[in-house]
Amino acid sequence: MERRPIRILIGKVGLDGHDRGAKVLARGLRDAGMEVIYSGLWQTPESLVRMALQEDVDVIGISILSGAHMTIFPRVHDELVRRHAEEILVIGGGIIPPEDAQALIQDKHAAAIFAPGESIETIAGWIREHVPGQRQALKDGA
Amino acid sequence: MALLEEESHRDALQAAWLEYQKARKRFETVYREHAKERPALFENLSGNTVEPLYGPDEKRSDPTYYLAKIGFPGEYPYTRGVHESMYRGRLWTMRMFAGFGTAEDTNRRFRYLIEQGEGGLSTAFDMPTLMGYDSDDPHSVGEVGREGVAVDSLEDMEQLFDGIDLDQVSTSMTINGPAAIVWAMYLALAEKRGIAWEKLRGTTQNDILKEYIAQKEWIFPPEPSMKLVTDTIEFASQHVPQWNPVSISGYHIREAGSTAVQELAFTLADGFAYVEAALRRGLDVDAFAPRLSFFFNSHLDFFEEIAKLRAARRIWATRMRDRYGAKDPRSWKLRTHVQTAGCSLTAQQPEVNIIRTTTEALAAVLGGCQSLHTNSMDEVLSLPTEKAVRIALRTQQVLAYETGVTHTVDPLAGSYYVEALTDRMEEQAKAYFDKIEEQGGVLACIENGFFQREIADAAYRYQREIEQGERIIVGVNAFTEGNEESIERLKIDPSVERRQIERVKAVRQKRDGWAVQKALEEVQRAARASENLMPALIAAVRVYATEGEIVEALKQVYGTYQERAVI
Repeated sequence: MERRPIRILIGKVGLDGHDRGAKVLARGLRDAGMEVIYSGLWQTPESLVRMALQEDVDVIGISILSGAHMTIFPRVHDELVRRHAEEILVIGGGIIPPEDAQALIQDKHAAAIFAPGESIETIAGWIREHVPGQRQALKDGA
Repeated sequence: MALLEEESHRDALQAAWLEYQKARKRFETVYREHAKERPALFENLSGNTVEPLYGPDEKRSDPTYYLAKIGFPGEYPYTRGVHESMYRGRLWTMRMFAGFGTAEDTNRRFRYLIEQGEGGLSTAFDMPTLMGYDSDDPHSVGEVGREGVAVDSLEDMEQLFDGIDLDQVSTSMTINGPAAIVWAMYLALAEKRGIAWEKLRGTTQNDILKEYIAQKEWIFPPEPSMKLVTDTIEFASQHVPQWNPVSISGYHIREAGSTAVQELAFTLADGFAYVEAALRRGLDVDAFAPRLSFFFNSHLDFFEEIAKLRAARRIWATRMRDRYGAKDPRSWKLRTHVQTAGCSLTAQQPEVNIIRTTTEALAAVLGGCQSLHTNSMDEVLSLPTEKAVRIALRTQQVLAYETGVTHTVDPLAGSYYVEALTDRMEEQAKAYFDKIEEQGGVLACIENGFFQREIADAAYRYQREIEQGERIIVGVNAFTEGNEESIERLKIDPSVERRQIERVKAVRQKRDGWAVQKALEEVQRAARASENLMPALIAAVRVYATEGEIVEALKQVYGTYQERAVI
């Protein structure tokens, strides 16, 4: 069966302007065959989720290097719940200490957190494995 | 007779060169036929091929080349350094960047660093302060005191420098969008303590161009932002003569993923743009240029980093003298702070970062920096612990006091490789200057996304090279045993945000609200009248107007700015 490409929103939330990782990953996932939307800087949890719904994405990838991750991930999660869109996978990366990453995953505020230095290939592989098959199937062909 | 001697001398020299060239050709043939090279990428981080061997060539062996392009330290074109004695005269300033939590927390770290023998303070502000929001603004939720200190009003500034003699230290402040406002607070603080502005030494980063290019922390659109920077240059030249009003920064351009050549070229292009803006304001070049300072990165490729700093000095000196007509030699000197590359550190086996930082710091020293920050091993995971900071500072002290690299000036001058690299980087930077000029200058290149595209391409190329194993990064794509071990990390007290919000609310309670209102109106009037804003800003912070309130007042006049994101 033909599959529709996985769609992912790479987002920068909050005041943090470090966009190198976000952009490198956006380009890498695009080269890996995914459809990638980049949010641009300074999104709020609300504006990011709105964008995710408008773009009908399977995954939201959030890059945070400002230390605000313990505030931002729960707020994005709450907003997804409020808009009945919990099926969208949330993943993250940036300067996030391992114990914070564990807590975010345990509390279901993120499905995966990737450490600095993680390869694009690993991240793309994780996404392919975790986006449910029916979402990857061609919409009208499914 | 003299003529004859000269002629025979010339013949002998020519014969020697011919002999050398023959020997060189022979060696190259031998090398080609017999040398076995590892299957590695012999390219530096700018993507330039590195030859197996560098040797003398006629151009660089000519004393006229030495006089014109290299010269003596402390003399034009300053390739060998800005002081004649360099580190024999005075070591570089060991300046560690610090800031977290509230002003009291950072004040404690400052005093600790002074006790440890550090010569200059360097202040990191938190994201809300950098972006012009008060701690109680909705935009600040979760970010107060996280990656720097929160400064909302003059009261925080008073706390931050409590017990520190402002006329004894030099203070660097890493702030850009709202730099004029935060500098106004520092000036108001000095005034309150009865310290003359003439005695203040320090630097505000205040380099807004690289914000649009790389770091992405701007507030207003480029034009009014440039106007604010020019205001501070003018005000410093008139009232705060020992202050460096702008630190023209390549650091963030490099961290965003540029190559060393791009860092060199874009940073100097920004510098030229500030000079041109100040000249348009009608300032005399020698009245402000001596106070412009620079801030470069020091990355992993050892010789390339050294060559970059040498090339930067030469390009700046030449341009300042020949294009802008500066006559005061101080205007020709590129003085620079250097920080080791945060982006070169790895989360895997963080202790290994100490070694990366050491070689990067050594490159900065051999490149002739004036001050240096060495990163702590744990900064890729969180803000550094006190122990990690101490090791980073000790790294500089070992270089300064134990290795002997400070004994002679510019020890690498005349290295065939380093001089060839310096020349090549200069040429490549000049090619970029032409490209930038063709597109209408730095502001035009920001708006059309030229810089952002160049940097994004370079960052992606670097990442691919690592993922394909063409570049080895220890612990990341090779030698990964030991990656599972963890190290101790600094925790930011989660009550910081609440305490800081209480502080700024209390300030609003006890100040004279009417005076604040009047002062903010005066800021807006001065902005509309295109006057130098510094006097109005100082008056506003003096009555405890907050940073966020002043920024908001200015946004009403100047507007805000969104970039076209380039992937």
